[in-house]
Amino acid sequence: MSALLEVKDLKVSYGSIMAVKGLSLTVNEGEIVTLIGSNGAGKSTTLRTISGLLKPVSGSIVFKGQEIAGKAGHDIVAMGLCQSPEGRRIFPRMSVRENLDLGAFLRNDKVAIEADRERVLDLFPRLRERYEQKGGTMSGGEQQMLAVARALMGAPKLLLLDEPSMGLAPVLVDMIFETIIKIREQGITILLIEQNASAALDVADRAYVLESGIIKMSGKASDLAKDEAVTKAYLGG
Amino acid sequence: MNLQVLSSQFWSLCLQGVALGFIYVLISLGYTMVYGVLRLINFANSEVFMVGTFATVVAQVGILQNQTNSQPLHGFRLLYTLAFSLGFSMLICGVLGVLVELVAYRRLRALGTNRLASLISAIAVSIVLLETTRIVTFSRPQTSPRLLDKWSFGEIAGANFRIDTVAVIVSGIVIFFALDRFVTKSRLGKAIRAVSMSEENSKLMGVNLNRVVSLTFFIGGLTTGAAAFFYTTVYETTQFNVGFNLGLAAFTAAVLGGIGNLRGAFYGGLFLGVLEQFASAILGSQWKSVTVFLVLVLVLLLKPNGIFGEAVQQTRT
Repeated sequence: MSALLEVKDLKVSYGSIMAVKGLSLTVNEGEIVTLIGSNGAGKSTTLRTISGLLKPVSGSIVFKGQEIAGKAGHDIVAMGLCQSPEGRRIFPRMSVRENLDLGAFLRNDKVAIEADRERVLDLFPRLRERYEQKGGTMSGGEQQMLAVARALMGAPKLLLLDEPSMGLAPVLVDMIFETIIKIREQGITILLIEQNASAALDVADRAYVLESGIIKMSGKASDLAKDEAVTKAYLGG
Repeated sequence: MNLQVLSSQFWSLCLQGVALGFIYVLISLGYTMVYGVLRLINFANSEVFMVGTFATVVAQVGILQNQTNSQPLHGFRLLYTLAFSLGFSMLICGVLGVLVELVAYRRLRALGTNRLASLISAIAVSIVLLETTRIVTFSRPQTSPRLLDKWSFGEIAGANFRIDTVAVIVSGIVIFFALDRFVTKSRLGKAIRAVSMSEENSKLMGVNLNRVVSLTFFIGGLTTGAAAFFYTTVYETTQFNVGFNLGLAAFTAAVLGGIGNLRGAFYGGLFLGVLEQFASAILGSQWKSVTVFLVLVLVLLLKPNGIFGEAVQQTRT
């Protein structure tokens, strides 16, 4: 297995507040890796920095063997690193179709785009029913599906998922995590950020536990799920 | 006060108002496109318009320099003179719009300064353009050659369908709907709409924000340049301070319709054009500006989102 994404000693700050204080993590090709931690631990900040929305203070982010730390967001997307952002950030005044079009914004392989469109609509049949509806008028679960589907339209090598289960009904949470496994089966590597630690550890191969901007623990997801400290802090056990 | 015109000239005032309104619509689009993307009022747009009027004069004089008689043109010669000066004005204004953004706003955006800094920067750019033109033209009005033999298609209910009136209206409709279509259907148009909804989200789609911003200023410049061409061709004169009243009226139109959405600029511009014509006819033309700005104050007080703001919120750019 080779490392698809390698983050080393990443430090990110918001003004004078250091939100990520020297984070290192590796995502190997074909893996599902999860980064768990409580609210404010620095999970979203980490993802936003990987996607080029924030510039790190220091540290390196290597994707497909290339340094991407501090690169512009659109160059990172072009390399095949796509993110489904937190909080259902879809384009509210655009239809499902247009949202998906934007997901494929940088691609011009028409045939492959249409094939991917069919593929994501098969993955989320609900979106097919809502195809011409404006994103902002859909339910929270549908918007979440759309955010993931839209990221998939970028034909990613690595998919970053920021809290895909947030605020969803339990049935939908299960559905989203089943879909995450299906996405991996299609050959896409996934870095998943979750507050719902038990579900995340269930689907992931490996996991990192983030606390106040520092990795506290890491290892096989199944081991961490049994770990007492993790159980206590994140699994309500 | 002359209320008689309401019955005697009603349709004529409407027609003239719509023609003037389309000039406002085209300038308003310059404000509204930029506002939609950056939430910034590009006050320099009025001076971009002013530069466009001079560009039109320069182009028309340039083409006709060898012609000694000042007779209106006909046929092919008329068409290409009009087309060339229209294209020239649009291009100059488009490029100027892009330059204004590069010089006055981009760096401030990168630094993450607040909007007040950009606003001051916009006013500074306006003054630079205005004063430079004042110096270069010695504050004198410039006249453009008479190109059009202003014949009429005929009269309906007292409204005179003169060729220039009709041309402004038809072109205004064509440009507006072409832009509307571009923004809703094309790939880059979708990127513009995406940025207007969320900058950050658009970046995650791979949209190059700076490029979209430049494109928006360019398009805003194109429509403003078209307005400058129509204004100059119809009124056959311009002056360094022409942007002030027209720019502010167009800005009022954009706010009136709900700034940030194309249809708002459309309805706002037409409404204001018609209102201005009626105000001039009833109260006298010296009251024209008072009426326009009174409307602006009232809209800002009573309906800050614009008269059509809520209804068209869904169709924002």
